[in-house]
Amino acid sequence: MTELLAVEGLTKAYPGVVANDGVSFRVAAGEVHALLGENGAGKSTLVKMIYGLVKPDSGAMRLHGAAFEPAEPRSARAAGVAMVFQHFSLFDALDVAENIALGMESPPPMSQLAQRIRDVSDTYGLPLDPDRVVGDLSAGERQRVEIIRCLLQNPKLLIMDEPTSVLTPQEVEILFETLRKLSAEGTAILYISHKLEEIRSLCDAATILRGGEVVATCDPRAQTAAELAEMMVGSKLTPPSRAPHDQGAVVLDVAGLTLPSATPFGTSLRDISFQVHAGEVLGIGGVAGNGQDELLSALSGEARTDAGTVRLSGTPIGQLGPNARRRIAVLAAPEERLGHAAAPDMSLTENALLTGAIRQGLTARGFLNWPAARGFAEDIISRFDVRTPGPGTAARALSGGNLQKFVIGREVLQRPDLLVVNQPTWGVDAAAAAAIRQALLDLAARGTAIVVISQDLDELMEISDRFAALNEGRLSSPRPMRGLGMEEIGLLMGGAHDMEVAHADA
Amino acid sequence: MDLSSINPVFLIASLMVAATPILLAAIGEMVVEKAGVLNLGVEGMMITGAVCGFIIAVETGSPALGFVCAALGGAVLSLLFGVLTQYLMSNQVATGLGLTLFGLGLSALMGQGYVGIKAPPVPRLDLPVLSDLPVVGPILFSHDAMVYLSVALVAAVWAVLKYSRAGLILRAVGENHDAAHALGYKVIRIRLLAIMFGGACAGLGGAYLSLIRVPQWTEGMTAGAGWIALAIVVFASWKAGRVLLGAYLFGGITVLQLNLQAAGVAIPVEYLSMSPYLITILVLVIMSADRSRAALNAPGSLGRVFHATS
Repeated sequence: MTELLAVEGLTKAYPGVVANDGVSFRVAAGEVHALLGENGAGKSTLVKMIYGLVKPDSGAMRLHGAAFEPAEPRSARAAGVAMVFQHFSLFDALDVAENIALGMESPPPMSQLAQRIRDVSDTYGLPLDPDRVVGDLSAGERQRVEIIRCLLQNPKLLIMDEPTSVLTPQEVEILFETLRKLSAEGTAILYISHKLEEIRSLCDAATILRGGEVVATCDPRAQTAAELAEMMVGSKLTPPSRAPHDQGAVVLDVAGLTLPSATPFGTSLRDISFQVHAGEVLGIGGVAGNGQDELLSALSGEARTDAGTVRLSGTPIGQLGPNARRRIAVLAAPEERLGHAAAPDMSLTENALLTGAIRQGLTARGFLNWPAARGFAEDIISRFDVRTPGPGTAARALSGGNLQKFVIGREVLQRPDLLVVNQPTWGVDAAAAAAIRQALLDLAARGTAIVVISQDLDELMEISDRFAALNEGRLSSPRPMRGLGMEEIGLLMGGAHDMEVAHADA
Repeated sequence: MDLSSINPVFLIASLMVAATPILLAAIGEMVVEKAGVLNLGVEGMMITGAVCGFIIAVETGSPALGFVCAALGGAVLSLLFGVLTQYLMSNQVATGLGLTLFGLGLSALMGQGYVGIKAPPVPRLDLPVLSDLPVVGPILFSHDAMVYLSVALVAAVWAVLKYSRAGLILRAVGENHDAAHALGYKVIRIRLLAIMFGGACAGLGGAYLSLIRVPQWTEGMTAGAGWIALAIVVFASWKAGRVLLGAYLFGGITVLQLNLQAAGVAIPVEYLSMSPYLITILVLVIMSADRSRAALNAPGSLGRVFHATS
């Protein structure tokens, strides 16, 4: 096969960290090439250099054999490089056609553009209405907008940054069909992921990054997932384990919970009912934006409901705010670490105080007990292996994984009867994720009822006793996790959201 | 009291004149906010425009040149805000408030020798036949050129935002600056241009006060018009047509209360002078009552600091 893109010794350093150190690899035309690595391994920086968003400190790139130094995304796009972003680069208040026009160099008039969008979406089996406002679309549909925006420019190289993290398993299958079709037409695809099975089923070649360096190049189909994982992480991982246990009494009883959305593009909760028993982990899956944040706020007390819709061991608590719920051992750790779970510019001691004051007795007669708060923060830091200079460090200064361990540890150490966590290991490296999952399982073993809301299905399969899926604000009835297949889980999550498989012959 | 002394035709004609300064300032500020920047310095830019326009018009005898320099003065002052907030990452709210206070002081200093002088007169457009039509003539066809210019500007802003690529990019930058940056748009440059457009419009609005509506120079003569312009942008939920509506509504109440004072309504004058501002507050509260709808129209990145890191 002919070489399309060659990357030679790319290096990029930021203050305090070398994001990429002498990275080299080659992509042939029509090849599906995986960039595999943990969070922080330097995958995103690398593709941003290829897309012209970041300027490398040293090294060179060649496209079609000629020197390729994109100064800005515009020139990368002109050279035939297109990119689908991990965090969608879409504009909520604009419609689909406007969003697509913004990503093109010289878009045709709007009426023609709408027709071309329809044509491309037919060809590749990605149905999309050009007139809809993007803020109203599901995550899978939003990704279609990004993909079609790229396809309209006939790219030679399509970069996809973690495209499947927001899709249901069915939607992933359809996406793969589209990508295989593109690859058969000669478009090379640079596919970034840390999901090993996906890479093994889709990709022709893989470059594995660790700590900003290339540690291996291999054919992923010739390796086992465990071998790939070991190359990616650099050591063997032990999956979390738990002792067998008996089902306890019902701790949390949610009945007919309905909550209108507080924001224009949020999701309303509709008639949600479930129970969680003592010592049980209930996993709640679903694609982002289907009511996860709203469900967490209803359980943590940020959003109040009718008293009877949420009961703790039979007592109505729906009308209580977060502090009143903390007092009765109902704790929560929201998804957004900086800004929701922790105040970014406050120290770890202050952050420990913010949620721990009531249950740890860190205040007296309106005054703060600083020594006790510092002691609590130090306790969290040592018990949860948070890597930080000390409790006086600002939350913002911690890496994602360390701050997440701190945030989860802060709630776990307050001995909750009910703990609700949303995305407990999002953007966290594998070792820290394993530690957090183990902490949650240990807590359950001591009799705490735990609700884990997550978009990571592998995580839910690993730690949940029962599984339910959120789809458009509705919750499926919980099913035992054991024996539940990927296919069924995908259907519970809403299936393919009316997508169709790419027409193989079109 | 004699309400019959209020002539509706002249009321409407004069409300257009009363509304023009805030209309100009508000349409400029709307463009700035559409780009995602909250500039609270409208009052300061207006009064700087007022004094610049007045000085130039008096010195050269040409009101047209005065208006041009008023726009320049407002744009230069807004550029100060732009550099501070876009390059030096200062807080937009605090910088905007500072700009207002700075503009008030600067204009008082510049205008010291010009208090009590009369501005050169601005001719009304006298359109033969049209101006002589009954009712329609005085309302639509006997104003100065700036009234028509301001309405044309609103139409132009509406069309550019809705139909042109430049307008689409401007809205995109205001809606999600990180996404716009990722697509390769120059967020800071686009915002600076929008800020300067807003400054120029505010300057024109100020000069309209000092050259046509009053027409002379007194310290602090904008008397809160810039703040009303800011409120009208929210009232209009960032739509050009509603900015026109809001400005004329406010102008109408202002003129009506003056007429009521003249007609000798038995309410203390202070209550009447308060009324346009009270009604503005009331309308704002009613408009924002539905939280989700109000947030729907606001540009997504409004007032947020943009760091071009990655």
